[in-house]
Amino acid sequence: MDFEAFIFFFLATILVVASLRVITARNPVHAVLYLILAFFTAAGVWLLLEAEFLALVLVMVYIGAVMVLFLFVVMMLDLDLDQVRQGFWRYMPLGALIGFIIVLEMGAIFTHRIFQESAVVPMPGESNTRMLGAILSTDFAYPFELAAVLLLVAIVAAVALTYRGGRTHSGSRAINPAEQVRVQAADRLRIVKMPVTREESEGVEGEEAGTEGEQTGETKAC
Amino acid sequence: MLSLSHYLILGAILFTTGIVGIFLNRKNLIVLLMAIELVLLAVNMNFVAFAHYHGDPAGQLFVFFILAAAAAEAAVGLAILVLLFRNLKSIHVDDLDTLRG
Repeated sequence: MDFEAFIFFFLATILVVASLRVITARNPVHAVLYLILAFFTAAGVWLLLEAEFLALVLVMVYIGAVMVLFLFVVMMLDLDLDQVRQGFWRYMPLGALIGFIIVLEMGAIFTHRIFQESAVVPMPGESNTRMLGAILSTDFAYPFELAAVLLLVAIVAAVALTYRGGRTHSGSRAINPAEQVRVQAADRLRIVKMPVTREESEGVEGEEAGTEGEQTGETKAC
Repeated sequence: MLSLSHYLILGAILFTTGIVGIFLNRKNLIVLLMAIELVLLAVNMNFVAFAHYHGDPAGQLFVFFILAAAAAEAAVGLAILVLLFRNLKSIHVDDLDTLRG
């Protein structure tokens, strides 16, 4: 077994174990971390396949952006772990059966001799990135533009879905400084005239209390 | 010597893991999205392997487009997830029956 095969089997083992842990991990945060490991290892396998640009794009775009977004969302949501795991073992036999059938079918096809070729046809051009860039801007210019539009649509959709109308919606505690400056005393303070109350049986003291009550209007904040 | 079938079988195992993950985590939308990412990774692995062994750069370019589509899918999926959690205070699949499906 040469060195390349050793590297391949080493990476493949990590990749399979990490992907199995993604789907069986109890805690979704652990699942995201194992998925990051799986993507990183897949980038290693792609380097073995001489797809250097894609391997680096996988690390930068996928691990750097998409997986961190996943991590943000998973940590932001307050999940009930027991409720989320409900029915896990109930679907295990069916899932294992279907997975076994898929592996059997694909194994039967992929071990056929037409896939046993180990002769590598060299890619045209001297640099992987330069070659991809060249055909991206010539033969695949139109799909490239479509991909850009797709990403734009995704941006607009994600913002439109999570946007809650800014400062004006009811649940928000955001303050508006312009409204705070513009406020008048009448907006905050209401002066209420109370009728004079007087207790008849107590002579002088009652009168004093009555005049006091007349002078102090009740202030009430609204 | 490594042959094309090594990489294809690795891709097949990854694909199966993703599919089984969709079955097992039916109640957990986040792990469901992650299983879909695994399936896409398996597909990309096959594309890169074929591109390498056939010397065809179009295979690698297709992976590029799949990555763009997967990133868009993840962004919109997570936005929907956040919206669901904000409105329902849970992302339990059984609670998502407002369409009476």
